Amino acid sequence: MSVLVGTDTRLLVQGLGEAGTFHTDKAIAYGTNVVGAVRPGKGGQSVRFTGDTDHSGVPGRPDRYEVDVPSFDTVKDAVLATGANATVIFVPPPFAADAIMEAAEAGIALIVTITEGIPIADMVRVKEYVRGKGVRLVGPNCPGVITPHQCKIGIMPGYIHQRGRIGVVSRSGTLTYEAVKQLTDNGLGQTTAVGIGGDPVNGTNFIDVLELFNADPDTEGVIMIGEIGGSAEEDAAAWISANMRKPVASFIAGTTAPPGKRMGHAGAIISGGKGTAGEKIAALEAAGVVVATTPSDMGSAMLSAMRKAGKA
Amino acid sequence: MFLKIHEYQAKELMASRGIAVPIGRVAHTVDEAVAAVRPIVEASGNPVVVVKSQIHAGGRGKGRFVEHPDLGGVTVVTDGIKGGVKATEERVRELAKAMLGSTLVTVQTGSAGKRVNRLYIEQGIDIARELYLSVVLDRSTSHNLVMASTEGGMDIEEVAAHTPEKILKEDVDPNVGLQDFQARRLAFALGLSGDANRNGVRFLKALSALATELDTDLVEINPLVVTTSGQVMALDGKLSIDNNALFRHKDVVEMRDLSEEDAAEVEASKFGLSFIKLDGSIGCLVNGAGLAMATMDTIKQVGGEPANFLDVGGGATTENVTAAFKIITRDPNVKGIFVNIFGGIMKCDTIANGVVEAVHQVGLQVPLVVRLEGTNVALGKKIIDESGLNVVSASDMKDGARKIVELAGGAK
Repeated sequence: MSVLVGTDTRLLVQGLGEAGTFHTDKAIAYGTNVVGAVRPGKGGQSVRFTGDTDHSGVPGRPDRYEVDVPSFDTVKDAVLATGANATVIFVPPPFAADAIMEAAEAGIALIVTITEGIPIADMVRVKEYVRGKGVRLVGPNCPGVITPHQCKIGIMPGYIHQRGRIGVVSRSGTLTYEAVKQLTDNGLGQTTAVGIGGDPVNGTNFIDVLELFNADPDTEGVIMIGEIGGSAEEDAAAWISANMRKPVASFIAGTTAPPGKRMGHAGAIISGGKGTAGEKIAALEAAGVVVATTPSDMGSAMLSAMRKAGKA
Repeated sequence: MFLKIHEYQAKELMASRGIAVPIGRVAHTVDEAVAAVRPIVEASGNPVVVVKSQIHAGGRGKGRFVEHPDLGGVTVVTDGIKGGVKATEERVRELAKAMLGSTLVTVQTGSAGKRVNRLYIEQGIDIARELYLSVVLDRSTSHNLVMASTEGGMDIEEVAAHTPEKILKEDVDPNVGLQDFQARRLAFALGLSGDANRNGVRFLKALSALATELDTDLVEINPLVVTTSGQVMALDGKLSIDNNALFRHKDVVEMRDLSEEDAAEVEASKFGLSFIKLDGSIGCLVNGAGLAMATMDTIKQVGGEPANFLDVGGGATTENVTAAFKIITRDPNVKGIFVNIFGGIMKCDTIANGVVEAVHQVGLQVPLVVRLEGTNVALGKKIIDESGLNVVSASDMKDGARKIVELAGGAK
């Protein structure tokens, strides 16, 4: 078991530009089942991906792969022809909202948006549009979702992952990689790692993913990586306190960030004394979460949370 | 990131959408300031005008000029009541001479202050009441939120902290926008009656629509004034716009005033870099905003002080990385540089090439610690190793932070 993606994931790609093509190739090398690409005006063509297998991914494959990915004019055509149940979006920012809505309308259950720089107002409209359609949006501006040895959707380096016991959820891409590598190095491994993205309006929040991990029998503990700005970490702390049955560790980036400055992510800002790392850390510790003092201690914080729960 | 514009530009955008603002004219020179007076007085019928410094910072009214400690950043000119337009013009001439080119210090500028390059000359308003109004994103609902308060002219964060019941809120449904009943509810709660109520409803609806149409991050009217004749007007206007949406607002892009922004941050943005100058001595070059913040945190934890926040982003080229390196080394406070990369969409070899290229172009006067991990890591390390540069490698982030703080002169 795992959450969101696994061996039964049938993936579409929307946006085969330079980045989209590079990372589709990496995903196929990892063993992800890429069933089609949406390229308006190029339906009927196909794109060949070939190279050396990434053996850190799905086990038991030959050393070389050669895959022809069929192209479709519309998402609906692609779903009908391939039975796709997930899509990854690399479409450039001005057109990304349209791509997400097209995927939602076609009934794709999981829509992972990697694109960085989508206007906030577009995501506001997208969220309204998908309401009630039974689809899950992950991102935008996120690294994606990976279940080690089964399925990789997004831009994360595959080789740092190891199938294991910990669910990972994070607002920051590169800090997800830090946490994942430390969990691989200390032997805990990951069930699934979910990057929810650093934008102020996103499809999936911490609590959504915590609920999934709480219900997943293979996930024994969770690490949640937050940053300054907004109140998502405080909300998650309250939810953990009331509902979480598994040990949780955390790290909050931005302890030393100056107020009033946006630190890269549109969402990362301390304004009016709100959204500070100190407040978030206090809320998490009050909920019984083990908070790492530096990003290099995320793995050991998880280990200590597992030990406290008698699981390590 | 968000684009800020001046008060007069915000008011231009409002006026073009039927939102009531006082009559005014912008002036870049003393002569332009003087020339603005007569048409404003004639159109408004009010001999009083206001001279307002245009800088991207609040608190201008209470702010003072370094060169003229008795002069406020916003000054009311009443000479015209007795002396007529001539007297107003003379006083505006004196003020403009003093203000233009001088440095205004307010609670938001820091002690260095900001140079005033533009003035806004505006009609005087007979104020009956001062209110507060803003439109902001509510992250919990992913909708815009209209916030209003009877406490106009005050710092709204103070009001929120001490008397939260005085802040009124209405959710803006993105499907239909702010509805009449919501605007009426706010107007009544603000104590607006008769003409002022009707004007207030119109103002609220138009401002909420502007926020959506212009992709604003924040629109803040503080104060929103009710005049003695029942008009509802924006006496001040602060507006910032989502950078990601600027591709569809060319008119607003033209309003950008680069002299208001930090020169290094502007240059960084040309290369797609997210850069913020800080006061420490350790330069940081990192990919990803979260990792960049965490790198700063770690440097501080081991006793150093970061000189900057720098996220090279995911799509950076060798050229972008070279530019980043140059921007960091230009800061004379920098005593050491820490390159901390965990490649995902960013490839380690791109970073390595950028660093090597930059050092070849500008040299390396300070210690350099590099930590590489992630996509194409082996290739990246090979490029650094074969470059012959004097680079110290680090096994992880904490190791790198310790090494660079040590090499840069040790912890404080």
